[in-house]
Amino acid sequence: MRKLSTFNLASLFIGIAFLYLPIAILVVYSFNASRLVAVWGGWSTHWYAALAADAPLLGAAFTSLRVALISASAATFLGTLAAVALVRFGRFRGRLPFAAMIYAPLVMPEVITGLSMLLLFVAISVDRGFWTVVIAHTTMAMCFVAVIVQARLVDFDMSLEEAAMDLGASPTRTFMAVTLPLILPAIAASWMLAFALSLDDLVIASFTTGPGATTLPIRIYSEVRLGVSPEMNAVCSIMVAVVGIAVIAASLLTKLGAARGGPARL
Amino acid sequence: MTDAHRTRQKPYRSFMAKLVVRIPYAWLIAFFLVPFLIVLKISLSQTAIAQPPYTPVFDLAAGWHGIARLFAGLSLDNYAFLGSDPLYFLSYAKSVEIAAFSTVMLLIIGYPIAYAMTRTPRRVQAVLVVSVILPFWTSFLIRIYAWMNILQHDGPLNRLLLALDLVREPPVWLSTNTAVYIGIVYSYLPFMVLPLYATLEKLDESLLEAAADLGCPRWKAFWLITLPLSAPGVIAGALLCFIPAVGEFVIPDLLGGSRTAMIGQTIWTEFFANKDWPTASAVAVVLVCLLVTPIVIFQHQTMRGVERD
Amino acid sequence: MPAVESRTGFAKRDFAPWADRALAPLLRIEGVTKRFGAYTAVDHLSLDIYQGEFFALLGPSGCGKTTLLRLIAGFERAGAGRVVLDGVDLAPVPPYRRPVNMMFQSYALFPHLTVEGNVAFGLKQEGLPKAQIAERVAEMLTLVRLEKFGARKPHELSGGQRQRVALARSLVKRPRVLLLDEPMAALDKKLRGETQFELMDLQRRLGLTFVIVTHDQSEAMTVADRIAVMDRGRLMQVAPPAEIYEQPNSRWVADFIGSVNLLEGRAGRDGMSVEGTALGRLHVAAKIAAEPGATVWVAVRPEKLRMTPTPGSPDRQSALENDVAATLVDIAYLGDLSIYRLRTDAGVPLQATRANTAPLAERGTGANDKVWLSFPRDAAIVLTR
Repeated sequence: MRKLSTFNLASLFIGIAFLYLPIAILVVYSFNASRLVAVWGGWSTHWYAALAADAPLLGAAFTSLRVALISASAATFLGTLAAVALVRFGRFRGRLPFAAMIYAPLVMPEVITGLSMLLLFVAISVDRGFWTVVIAHTTMAMCFVAVIVQARLVDFDMSLEEAAMDLGASPTRTFMAVTLPLILPAIAASWMLAFALSLDDLVIASFTTGPGATTLPIRIYSEVRLGVSPEMNAVCSIMVAVVGIAVIAASLLTKLGAARGGPARL
Repeated sequence: MTDAHRTRQKPYRSFMAKLVVRIPYAWLIAFFLVPFLIVLKISLSQTAIAQPPYTPVFDLAAGWHGIARLFAGLSLDNYAFLGSDPLYFLSYAKSVEIAAFSTVMLLIIGYPIAYAMTRTPRRVQAVLVVSVILPFWTSFLIRIYAWMNILQHDGPLNRLLLALDLVREPPVWLSTNTAVYIGIVYSYLPFMVLPLYATLEKLDESLLEAAADLGCPRWKAFWLITLPLSAPGVIAGALLCFIPAVGEFVIPDLLGGSRTAMIGQTIWTEFFANKDWPTASAVAVVLVCLLVTPIVIFQHQTMRGVERD
Repeated sequence: MPAVESRTGFAKRDFAPWADRALAPLLRIEGVTKRFGAYTAVDHLSLDIYQGEFFALLGPSGCGKTTLLRLIAGFERAGAGRVVLDGVDLAPVPPYRRPVNMMFQSYALFPHLTVEGNVAFGLKQEGLPKAQIAERVAEMLTLVRLEKFGARKPHELSGGQRQRVALARSLVKRPRVLLLDEPMAALDKKLRGETQFELMDLQRRLGLTFVIVTHDQSEAMTVADRIAVMDRGRLMQVAPPAEIYEQPNSRWVADFIGSVNLLEGRAGRDGMSVEGTALGRLHVAAKIAAEPGATVWVAVRPEKLRMTPTPGSPDRQSALENDVAATLVDIAYLGDLSIYRLRTDAGVPLQATRANTAPLAERGTGANDKVWLSFPRDAAIVLTR
């Protein structure tokens, strides 16, 4: 039985509070009737109402959602392929540079990846806009997907695949019928991560976007550069709520999957 | 080698299997490697007031003549320019300094949190992991903006400090280095806590029990056993935070001021404000060169984690 | 080393296809070698396995028995040699097309499928109609006594039940050969004993060919018609269990199976004795297959040594028996039998075992007692290597 010392308990408590307090404050202030942070004008939802009327903002939100959906799905597909190649294909030729290209974007500063992709699009004379952002986000996210799925595959019991093949399933059938269902939680989690990364990204989107494809973070950024505003607080609170509900729903689903049988391993 | 340790290799490689490698490989070469080479090339070019704002342009139609013209037009002028103006050197130095200091702070704050997480009962641990990740799912921009709210001159932090009588006048937080530190530590904390937690969680309890059995007090066992064995997690977490922090843009831009011109901001300014693509590229290339050693170390660490299985 | 023929007298049941020269083996392994880098797991190994046999691969950890099994299943590719099943070379055939099925040591049950789903998996790959699959699955589940567990998931079953699911899953496709990789390693002693007899029963009823890999001697001796003893990638001896025990072909096999007393000496001029051993001149029952004067070894199993207390004469039953004086050093009491450690007057250590048939009060012998040890000629096994 591990004992939790006071110091440990305190670190946990302070740590978690530190993480959530700023968000909590932000949400509270989105209901501030007064425009000024210094003055508390009572509870009000009129900033949320103002949001609904803000067409450019809603447009940006919609664009962000579309970009996120498409790039997350593409990234999950590519990233899963990459993970399978890294884990199951042994030491194939060109493995080292392949792995390098997968791990590098994880840590590369976004200004560099954003800048380089923009210069690519200019060099091949492609008009920047919706699709260039999608391509950029896919490239960035597939590396995260690869790392997560790879971690799960490494843990995966190979004898299950051998058993499937022994019983007559070809390698492709084995993957579809045995491997995939069992790593599905990891794939789903990485899809959500790719979605969140895309929805959230400012720097890369700024470099690779074009007219008519303004994403929500770009819009928010241009507003908050000028200072704090309650409308922004409202937007952010909504986004926090949406993401919070999604994550909680996802973890409940995973637990449900576990209860019904089969491991819920991530 | 016993019967249990044998290489489990797929002996049959089909066409489908080759595709599995080639598709992501091709994508990464096209959208990751090639762009880098283009950045390199442009950093060796000169500014031009046109779209695209640089010369020489690579004209495929001109054939060999075009390629020759391309190489003739390359120059190291931009790099010379970087060397001549102290602004750039200071920017690099500042970025490394801020990133390094933040990483140390992250270690100091993150380690106890990760350690405390491993000491909780198993079921609580899953919940804790989700709670550490949850803020990460919410927008990065939002979280920095949240700190803008708090650190304002008449914001809640100052009001708390005044109420507790810790200061006489509300201090200025925004547009200072301190605000940048707070922002970086706040945003990158999950990146430090999770690798640390993953490593600490795998630690074999019986090692500590053996130490106790041999007469080692708890704090000493921590210092001699837990800490060294958590080194891979420490390195992974530190690099995962340090490397991107060096090139950070949003945090210094929103929380810092003109006094904290980190290199990410410099690239942004050169590119969007000055429309000087060659210089921006040169700055980016130098940054990559600066970071290449930590990046290689990071990749080596990550690969080792996979190889071991 | 080719499979050694053995006398049918040693066969467990009235079944010895390996003795029939006219019969072709079901599975033939010809000069197979498998290397992992610099390490040779299977070294130029040849073996014939016949239809209907329960064949055991026995050996210490690292001897290559599991590698050999995986070569038959198709999960490893031989560097040299052939694996031939029913006259067909299996080299170009991938594991999912071989008429061979394997029962894994860890059972490898699919956690996301029910018991029925697991057992039906192999049949689904064959593309059989649903009704037929359901029928065969039900039949197999009844055979392994798991009819009521069809809808459960693996994690809801006990260890023994999971083992039976794994068995059912690998049997339902009616493979030409069933491979079992240490199938009882995870079971407790009592369950293991029961399962061994169940397996033998099943094998005989279905008329299938089983190849089992085990490091447990008593398990191999219990279930197998023939045992192949392996060491470091090579076959040491292939024979029915009784022959391996009573007629080991080398010191290594004699020492590996059970316990044995080994004495070195030289072949006597008359061909029926061994001279110069630590116990003096020993008489043997069969003609020694070695030149007089050549170095040979005499192996005597502990249960063949008779003990009689001194003084008095040794309990000899004929003039050509062997005897020696010794002191009792230690007794290990195991309930059904006792193990006696002795030392001869010349200082040679020996081991004897005796069933504890006499009631406790009448056992008699204690530490430091002096005894006569004797054994008949035919208890002496002469080994030339």
